[in-house]
Amino acid sequence: MSGAEIVVEALKREKVEVIFGILGGVVLPLFDVLYKKELRFILTRHEQAAAHMADGYARATGKVGVCVATSGPGATNLVTGIATAYMDSIPLVAITGQVATPLIGNDAFQEADTTGITRPITKYNYLVKDVEDLARTIREAFYLASSGRPGPVLIDLPVDVQKGETKYHYPEEIKIRTYKPTLIGHPLQIEKATALIKKSKQPVIYAGGGVILSNASSQLRKLAEITNIPVTMTLLGLGGFPGEHPLSLGMLGMHGTRYANYAVMESDLIIAIGARFDDRVTGKIETFAPNAKVIHIDIDPSAISKNVRVDIPIVGDAKNILEELIKKVKPLSLEDWHQKIKEWKSKYPLTYQDDHKLRPQYVVEQICRLTKGEAIITTEVGQNQMWAAQFYRYNRARTFLSSGGLGTMGYGFPAAIGAQVGCPDKVVFDIAGDGSFQMNIQELTTAVINHIPVKIAILNNRCLGMVRQWQELFYGKRYSYTDLGGGPDFVKVANAFGAKGIGVSKKSEVKPAIEKAMDEKKLPVVIDFRIEPEENVFPMVPAGASLNQMIGGLA
Amino acid sequence: MEEKQHIISVTVENRFGVLARIAGLFSARGFNIDSLSVAETEDPTVSQMTIGVRGNERILEQIIKQLNKLIDVIKVQDLTSSDHLERELILVKVNATNRANITKIVETFGSQVIDVGQKSVVIELVGDSHRIQMMLKLLRPFGIKEIIRTGKVGIRGEGEK
Repeated sequence: MSGAEIVVEALKREKVEVIFGILGGVVLPLFDVLYKKELRFILTRHEQAAAHMADGYARATGKVGVCVATSGPGATNLVTGIATAYMDSIPLVAITGQVATPLIGNDAFQEADTTGITRPITKYNYLVKDVEDLARTIREAFYLASSGRPGPVLIDLPVDVQKGETKYHYPEEIKIRTYKPTLIGHPLQIEKATALIKKSKQPVIYAGGGVILSNASSQLRKLAEITNIPVTMTLLGLGGFPGEHPLSLGMLGMHGTRYANYAVMESDLIIAIGARFDDRVTGKIETFAPNAKVIHIDIDPSAISKNVRVDIPIVGDAKNILEELIKKVKPLSLEDWHQKIKEWKSKYPLTYQDDHKLRPQYVVEQICRLTKGEAIITTEVGQNQMWAAQFYRYNRARTFLSSGGLGTMGYGFPAAIGAQVGCPDKVVFDIAGDGSFQMNIQELTTAVINHIPVKIAILNNRCLGMVRQWQELFYGKRYSYTDLGGGPDFVKVANAFGAKGIGVSKKSEVKPAIEKAMDEKKLPVVIDFRIEPEENVFPMVPAGASLNQMIGGLA
Repeated sequence: MEEKQHIISVTVENRFGVLARIAGLFSARGFNIDSLSVAETEDPTVSQMTIGVRGNERILEQIIKQLNKLIDVIKVQDLTSSDHLERELILVKVNATNRANITKIVETFGSQVIDVGQKSVVIELVGDSHRIQMMLKLLRPFGIKEIIRTGKVGIRGEGEK
């Protein structure tokens, strides 16, 4: 069997349903096998989008996403997408073509040192120099990508290795002597954590993306409901605990709710689950939760005590550890604590000025209402992302997909396509900004040709809104290059690509536009919401300030 | 924060790309590796590295955790905090103007002259960093023309340092 045939056989064995990518010179042998159409292939218009589609597919389904590109520029175009997945621990396998092994290092046509370039942004990568190693490499790649703390794995595949012949044997067993992720939490640590929970008077659960990655949302819910401990979520944790649950505090951090941030700051115990105390979450680290003991549950030992000193680390898979904790914990009487939180909630609700103007928060609320909170929402990065996080209620895991760590503008639209491919029966909305959407706008073609009916809700403020907001607040309103000068007519753009376009400039038009978009089952729909350009995201913790020193927001 | 010299011993898979992965963890944080030695062990599939590095304690702790996380890393030991033996081999080329005094110093240190020329001699010395510093200090007045060092290697022992 040829190397290229081995790749396809191995992908079938890994139950891969779809591959996203673009071909080129050195992946021709592989594409000659894909021509048989044993695997679904979606041809994108830019490799970056292929990586984001594989990422969106992985986040929405929990399976490993797969993308393919050619050598050189194909591979370098994947880089942003791979880095995005790496920062958010998303399981991806990226396959890149490489020039023939005798030419490597000779500055051959379309040659780049792909393993060198992607080394710091992959969990692991391979340059396969011998066709004999190919089947084992693919097996390992899928295992590494999806086990432990997940992440992207890249396989660089020279063209002569694709053509090379060998006997196909797919190894059942994987032997990587250096890689044994800890899955079961240490019983003594779980015991200690239980004791600390029992003593706490003002505890908070701080849940991150790890809850979703380990499929632990029902365990998290049980833990919270048994103990009565309120739950706040990170951006990537949204949906890991139902947003409408009475114990939910919503999101914490820079644009979190005031009550979540106040609760964390005044807590005497933080139970961090699959979260990493990112700077956007903690605010000024020196003043973060001064009276709190910290229990940190994480599968990655290097995440423990990285930013915040941890009292009781429990290394292992969140789902296993929560199962154990649930067996041990007892209901806590936290009446005073809940009273305090209730007062914060009524005093500082998450709200906005709901007047006659077309405001982005209203648009997001309407999308939430009309999709009954059951859509998959992807976001771009910036204000659109924060409004989508604040004003949509995520009640289920894997329904909010956003580039949290890397903050990649241009992520949301291709991720929405990937999510829709993985979940054809769901309604998928990309809540976008006009700036971000233009970064991967070419994928309208991909969505049209493949009948992928994603909805793109552009919160169009004709500027790079989040940066503009920082210029307004912290740079004396000197709006340096954040005005996008009006941008294109998105309705015409949509039509030119063969998609549907709807323009909305009045509040009364919002609901019918969303309904019309939801009725479309075949084509992508772009809704251009021409919102108030000067609307800001509030409340906000200014960079470098303590988490409870929030500005803005209506009280 | 306090900066301290660390000797980190890393046991790794003996395959291409591993050195780059490890070096990357240091360079990405702007840490310079002061010394590095790598060679195959008694098991040809395994290599042993000894890395000498100076830096902020907290960041080094983080680097050590991340070294452990690398797929190719079998074992990481920070030898700094434990009883360990440490050796380095250096070759020093010194101006041969005062051979008698040079020979005396070489004998005191139990080292050897391995090349004798018209203008210079080459001395070989094996020792820990203290011993090497001392000898270099004594040789400096003669005029050191060149120094080659292997970088430190370290091992944990049961006996004394």
